[in-house]
Amino acid sequence: MKKITILFLGLFGLGIFSVCAQENNYGQINGNFQSEVQYYIEDKKIGASAVDEKLLANSWANFTYTLGKFSAGFRYEGYMNSLLGYPNTGGRNDGIGIPYKWAMFSTDNLEITVGNFYEQFGNGIVLRSYEEKMLGVDNALNGFRIKYNPVAGIYMKGLIGKQRFYWELGPGTVRGFDTEIQFNELFQSFSESSLRFSLGGSFVSKYQKEENPIYYLPSNVGTGAGRVNISYKGFAVLSEYAYKINDPSADNNFIFKPGQAFLVNATYSQKGLGIILGTKWVDNMSFRSDRNSSLTDLNINLLPEITRNHIYTLPAFYPYASQPNGEWGAKAEIMYKIKKGSKLGGKYGTTVSINYSRVHEIEKTQINDTIPISAAGTLGYNTSFFSIGDEVYFQDINIEISKKWNKKIYTNLSYVNLLYNYNILRGVSGHDDVLASIAIADMTYKFTDVVALKTEFQGMFTKQDDGNWGLGLVELSIPNWFFTVFDNWNYGNPDPETRPHYLNVGFGYVHGGSRIQLTYGKQRAGVMCIGGVCRNVPASNGISLSISSTF
Amino acid sequence: MKNLLLLFVLGIMSFSLFSQEIPQVQIKDLEGRTVNTRTITTNTGKPVLVSFFATWCKPCIQELTAFSEEYDDLISETGVKIIAISTDDARSTSSVAPFVNARGWEFDVYLDPNGDFKRAMNVTNVPHTFLLDKTGKVVWQHTSYLQGDETEVFEKIRKIAKGQSLQ
Repeated sequence: MKKITILFLGLFGLGIFSVCAQENNYGQINGNFQSEVQYYIEDKKIGASAVDEKLLANSWANFTYTLGKFSAGFRYEGYMNSLLGYPNTGGRNDGIGIPYKWAMFSTDNLEITVGNFYEQFGNGIVLRSYEEKMLGVDNALNGFRIKYNPVAGIYMKGLIGKQRFYWELGPGTVRGFDTEIQFNELFQSFSESSLRFSLGGSFVSKYQKEENPIYYLPSNVGTGAGRVNISYKGFAVLSEYAYKINDPSADNNFIFKPGQAFLVNATYSQKGLGIILGTKWVDNMSFRSDRNSSLTDLNINLLPEITRNHIYTLPAFYPYASQPNGEWGAKAEIMYKIKKGSKLGGKYGTTVSINYSRVHEIEKTQINDTIPISAAGTLGYNTSFFSIGDEVYFQDINIEISKKWNKKIYTNLSYVNLLYNYNILRGVSGHDDVLASIAIADMTYKFTDVVALKTEFQGMFTKQDDGNWGLGLVELSIPNWFFTVFDNWNYGNPDPETRPHYLNVGFGYVHGGSRIQLTYGKQRAGVMCIGGVCRNVPASNGISLSISSTF
Repeated sequence: MKNLLLLFVLGIMSFSLFSQEIPQVQIKDLEGRTVNTRTITTNTGKPVLVSFFATWCKPCIQELTAFSEEYDDLISETGVKIIAISTDDARSTSSVAPFVNARGWEFDVYLDPNGDFKRAMNVTNVPHTFLLDKTGKVVWQHTSYLQGDETEVFEKIRKIAKGQSLQ
């Protein structure tokens, strides 16, 4: 591995110097740096266990070199050792090295990448390779990719590679091809038409050697998807359908059933108004480059969420996570800006958003009287396209009203009502669904143009799980600096002995592209999700330092 | 190995000129057209402000709302072009157009659903704003949003529009 890295750097350097010689220009270097450090203190009351190393840190830095049509880069990463709660079974994420390195040549209509890269076809339902450092997800492909636009309006991509698996590569190989045709660009006469139309198609196949002692599994699994986007003035409809051949895996309990996914979003907007309607249906669409892997490892695709991504602390306690084995979901959202100068709009206008989403299981029936649903080595179950089962996985109704009252006062009020199927979403049994109501008042008062005080009060009311919670936050900001104090209190815990406060104090400094933040406090155990992918966050108590810089 | 790497990085840095140009990346506008990031950041001799945001990011929305309130005045005063890059992934990509229109933002908004442009600009967190001078080079950047930060942004835009140095 080291030899390869040295060879790579050598080639990289040589490449630069040879191109430099041609153009007499040394190009440019840019990059970034980020470090998340935590010092852990044992706290039995909240369940924060002692950490052997006392201090853990996740850090990484990217360097990108660009010269004309040539660019190259690498990311130096270090997990010494991995922060608690990041995927790290058996310590396999601990270590330092350069797992991400790439070189690229690009012209206006051709781009060739060798090394590591990220890619998304369509909405990502057949291929999405991405990184989300805060989740510990990085399924970068390592291989080759070509993007080519033969004529205006036709965009083609092809790739082959293996996926990153911590410091190694996964066992499977991923091959993919995607084409998109944008008719308004392809046909000049339609270039200014209000009606816009595009079609896209993808094919992705994975190869993993068949070695199962019990079943004869497919070594090659292919999946295809087609998408259509149409828009006319303020209206737009985007949809995609994907089909996957049978892909027995640990996710689906080794059933030999094909998978399908369908999603459609329809939107309308004009100045001051936005409406979104969407639905999706997923059946057996887990797709990984190792059929035996689980959690966030080696996913080739990502099924986008239909539920709202809550950012305030309390509604984010119960986040939805995609269920690739089967789910149906629908959403509706309306955003409206009450006009400036009207009675309700005030001087600056008031923005109101109402969002609704609901997710169910899909209907699954036994393939015959003797074989239970999803029995290993069988065809699994029967289902019809777009079937909706009775069990509710999740529901969210929320309303948010933002208003700037005058030059000094800004408020944001929210109400969120959640139904959370704890058993399905946490993979446990015997737990009641959580029904929770959450109210949030977020207010900012500006003393001067650059000195402001923000206060946040959140209350969550539920009879299930840990009962009621309250949160109060105060944040003072002055140029370049901010100071925060907040307390998250589980005052309604059914066990009166277990009603802890999670108090945090912190400050931060921001200058240009750099930011540093130091916090002392406690964090509750829970689940953190980004884009429908989640990780468990353990309870912790201690000091955390976060540094990031872009240069 | 580490020494070699260090030498390599220092060596390259000593040769580089640090005048960042916008990298060429293909992203999409809200009507689905594929656009080149270098093309959309040109503004014929006037400054350009590029702001990375996400619809779920409160500070981003506050920052862009602050930009929006002053945008007309800024254009007439400095000729600046503001472009906003949504880093929303497939979960909310299709919601960006209604979201932006509902708020009445007048600037051009583009979609970067898999973070290709964000990565090429080495952005770690949103909001992150870059100011480009008349020649299209990045001359200033800012991460996060604290109340009133827009005042500094507007001041920098005015300086650049007048051809003054930010040093």
